[in-house]
Amino acid sequence: MEDLSLHILDVVENSIEAAATKIEIRITEDKIRDLLEIEIKDNGRGMTEQTLSKVLDPFYTTRTTRRVGMGLSLLAQASKESNGNFEINSAVGIGTEVKASFQHSHIDRKPMGDIKSTLISLMISYPDINIIFVYQDEEGTDTLDSNQLKQ
Amino acid sequence: MAKLSIADLEEIRNKVKKSTLLREGSFNAKITVHMGTCGIAAGARTIMNTLIQIIEESKRNDIIVTNSGCAGFCSKEPMVTVELKGESPVKYSSLNESKIKKIFEEHVLNGRIVAEYALAIGNEREP
Repeated sequence: MEDLSLHILDVVENSIEAAATKIEIRITEDKIRDLLEIEIKDNGRGMTEQTLSKVLDPFYTTRTTRRVGMGLSLLAQASKESNGNFEINSAVGIGTEVKASFQHSHIDRKPMGDIKSTLISLMISYPDINIIFVYQDEEGTDTLDSNQLKQ
Repeated sequence: MAKLSIADLEEIRNKVKKSTLLREGSFNAKITVHMGTCGIAAGARTIMNTLIQIIEESKRNDIIVTNSGCAGFCSKEPMVTVELKGESPVKYSSLNESKIKKIFEEHVLNGRIVAEYALAIGNEREP
């Protein structure tokens, strides 16, 4: 994956496979704390503790089309490479939350890339899913809600 | 990171709105972009955005574009499946912008399969 906007697209595709109807993507840039955070929260079917414990193993997937599941492990790796943290919380029937943080100024931090293309691609492909994008930095917060766009 | 500008937000809003209006009618062609991790890493998002653009330019309101997961041929990504109403689906592989434009022009608009880029014809569940 070349950039973080592709990782975001990939994790959101996981949420959609998990039958989520509402997905929130939150990006926080905090240059004072030298931190970039990405959070993706869905209301999909969630995972059991057993599945959750294997989720960062690239040779584990619940899919049947292939035997590897690289998405989350690649994001965790990208985060680790730039002195960040990766966290995933999930509850069956409630949803899943993925949080990845990065040292903003780290030389190995991947660029954010074309987040606009990621959002267009998701919002047009999945018109029935409520995708909420929140971007926060020292200047304030921007929110883009696909349900509001349709109205 | 460059913050999304007002123009970016407007562009997203317009594209989503147009696409939502298009979906209200019935469709004669459906293009599925395979967006597993492998597809995304190989360039599926570019294929998806190119398709959104050329569908808009064609002014056809009976063509939809959608996503699905990995098709199981990771080394052949980016891939799309083209389904014309009443015809067998065709999987195209190893795509780029110029190939998808040709497939759209030849297959989607004129019904001629582009054999040189096709990986498989038919549904894998058929006997």
